[in-house]
Amino acid sequence: MKKVFTLLLVLTLVFTTLVGCKKEDGTDKPGTTSDNKGIAKEDLLIGFLYVGPIGDQGYSYAHDLGRLDLEAAGYKTKYVENVPETADCEKSIRDLIDQGCNVIIATSFGHMDWTYNVSLEYPDVKFFHCSGYQTGDNMSAFFGRMYQIRFLSGIAAGLKTETNKIGYVAAMPLAEVVRGANAFALGVQSVNPDATVEVKWTNSWYDPAAEKAAAVELLNSGADVLAQHCDTTGPQIAAEEKGAFAVGYNANTFDVAPGAFLTAPLWNWGVYYLAQMQQIVDGTWEASNYWGSMDTGIVSLADLTNNCAPGTKEAIEAAYNAIAAGEYDVFDGPLTNNEGIEMVPEGSTMSDADLLAMVWFVDGIIGSVPKSN
Amino acid sequence: MNDFINALALFLQSAVTMGTPLLLATIGGILAEKVGHLNLGVEGMMLMGAVIGYVTGINTGNPFIAIIAAGLVAALGALIYAFITVSLKGNQIVTGLALTIFGTGFANFIGSSLVGVTLPASVKGALSDFEMPILKDIPILGKMIFSQSIYVYVSLLLALLVWFYIKKTSFGLNMRSVGENPAAADASGINVTLYKYINICLGGFMCGIGGAYLSLVSVPSWQDNITAGIGWIAVALVIFATWNPIRAIFGAYLFGAIQCLDYKLQNVKFNFFGNPFTINAQLLSILPYFMTIIVLIFINIRKKKENQPPAGLGSAYFREER
Repeated sequence: MKKVFTLLLVLTLVFTTLVGCKKEDGTDKPGTTSDNKGIAKEDLLIGFLYVGPIGDQGYSYAHDLGRLDLEAAGYKTKYVENVPETADCEKSIRDLIDQGCNVIIATSFGHMDWTYNVSLEYPDVKFFHCSGYQTGDNMSAFFGRMYQIRFLSGIAAGLKTETNKIGYVAAMPLAEVVRGANAFALGVQSVNPDATVEVKWTNSWYDPAAEKAAAVELLNSGADVLAQHCDTTGPQIAAEEKGAFAVGYNANTFDVAPGAFLTAPLWNWGVYYLAQMQQIVDGTWEASNYWGSMDTGIVSLADLTNNCAPGTKEAIEAAYNAIAAGEYDVFDGPLTNNEGIEMVPEGSTMSDADLLAMVWFVDGIIGSVPKSN
Repeated sequence: MNDFINALALFLQSAVTMGTPLLLATIGGILAEKVGHLNLGVEGMMLMGAVIGYVTGINTGNPFIAIIAAGLVAALGALIYAFITVSLKGNQIVTGLALTIFGTGFANFIGSSLVGVTLPASVKGALSDFEMPILKDIPILGKMIFSQSIYVYVSLLLALLVWFYIKKTSFGLNMRSVGENPAAADASGINVTLYKYINICLGGFMCGIGGAYLSLVSVPSWQDNITAGIGWIAVALVIFATWNPIRAIFGAYLFGAIQCLDYKLQNVKFNFFGNPFTINAQLLSILPYFMTIIVLIFINIRKKKENQPPAGLGSAYFREER
């Protein structure tokens, strides 16, 4: 008898809880009036999702600088670090919305699908996703044409090298990384056609010891300038120790390797964030797919240091102006891959779609893109 | 030919650099396992040592104090482990894993303010490569071993000392008997608990200075999760070295070389009777674990006495159960 009673009690409890939840869900949803009117600045609460710690001096750090720009301009923000690229990401987004966020900015490629799922449920919250392609009525995709800056940094490396061997420490074999290495190599060749760029993969987004070991290996095999598409300062430190030079990434890390640091491609997300938030305030915001060029300022090159070869500044400025004026593009033909097959014929250039799916190395790169099968 | 020897020497030099944190952590693991305790907290203790070594290095500017502090904080972590597994007879696997998780969080917490802060020149200078006079001119070996940081020489010395301690001293005999058969050791008047505590904490100390090698010498800067799995390779290496510190030296440098081989072979095209092929990096990275399994198979087939794991490994000792 007692058991039956307990069972009944439990069932009643479960039932009432479930009903309660459902009701709550129904009333909790914000009113669905998407007439796209402006939202006052003080009513905006912007929530950021970072894939790593903001102290990584790398990718998430750069996004956080953008967030601080927003704070300085009077916007209220919140952020979550170390958001995994799994279903947990959805939870973090819902958490932020529960805390009152009406703008969500997810910063890593792997956050894309989760962000999109949640964006369908909250039509009044505005979503931004960095480095992906998915957009929606209330979700924008955004990124910067970092390859243009890598081309410029390649000029600095090409003018500096004396052995004509340049090393490139790369993280994962993705189109973004391949594109960056190609642009860098084309930059090198634009000023120094004899130089080669050797690419070594660490096959990890984050492995301090391995990134340095890969750099040391490149230096041992004769490279005297290094560049990197990985998040730690290991390659720069390795270059400093061996009396070589290095192009950094993500942050101006001159202090880490003052004798080796040439320059670094940088992200300036604040430029984009401020412009987008202003549109929301003005009521003119619409979801978009944005791939900003270097002349918008979303990507830039760190100040050249005295380690650079003389004439570097002039050469980079000339290239910058030519690209900005539309006189030529980084990936203008003719381009052949490093197995001698023509990929882009003379007179044409690569489309954005091709760039987003680039999996081959240009001529002059030593290395290969592992097949993803 | 000269080019080849030079390249080989440079490669082996990198291998030793990669192998040194492995060596120190492996010695730490051997010390704990020899008294019958499997400590899976190696990774956590290494991270604790790495971060505290770095903080101390920045604040005192003294590399010696930094290394000692790194060892002590990891020994403290090991002390927690020892208290739970020796005194409270808790499960060793679970406690070790908890220590790894704790150490990772501890290091990331302390380290969050350290990113981008560089070491003072006094620390960097003292730990930078030091070429041994005369010895550095030995072909290959000179570059490989005798043109390294003082840290590397100390790690080799420690390996020899621990070997001597385990195999040649009466203390070592006592600690081995504690690991093989704690009841018998207890009956012969050895303080089992004390031996376990001291050796587990000493092991922690070694892991801590192994971690500090990464943050002070090989990387050298603070990065979250700087060990990136080295602690786990060390756990495997303890078995690979069959609980012998001297063999651990070769094992550590071999595993270090395998890690470097990845970058060495990446763009090299091999030719096997006209079939070109490259060596897959992912395959190389499983080699240490694969080789450990092979060694395990061999020691179990050959049943050679001195290569066996301590008989009491993994089980708690209850005095009342005798």
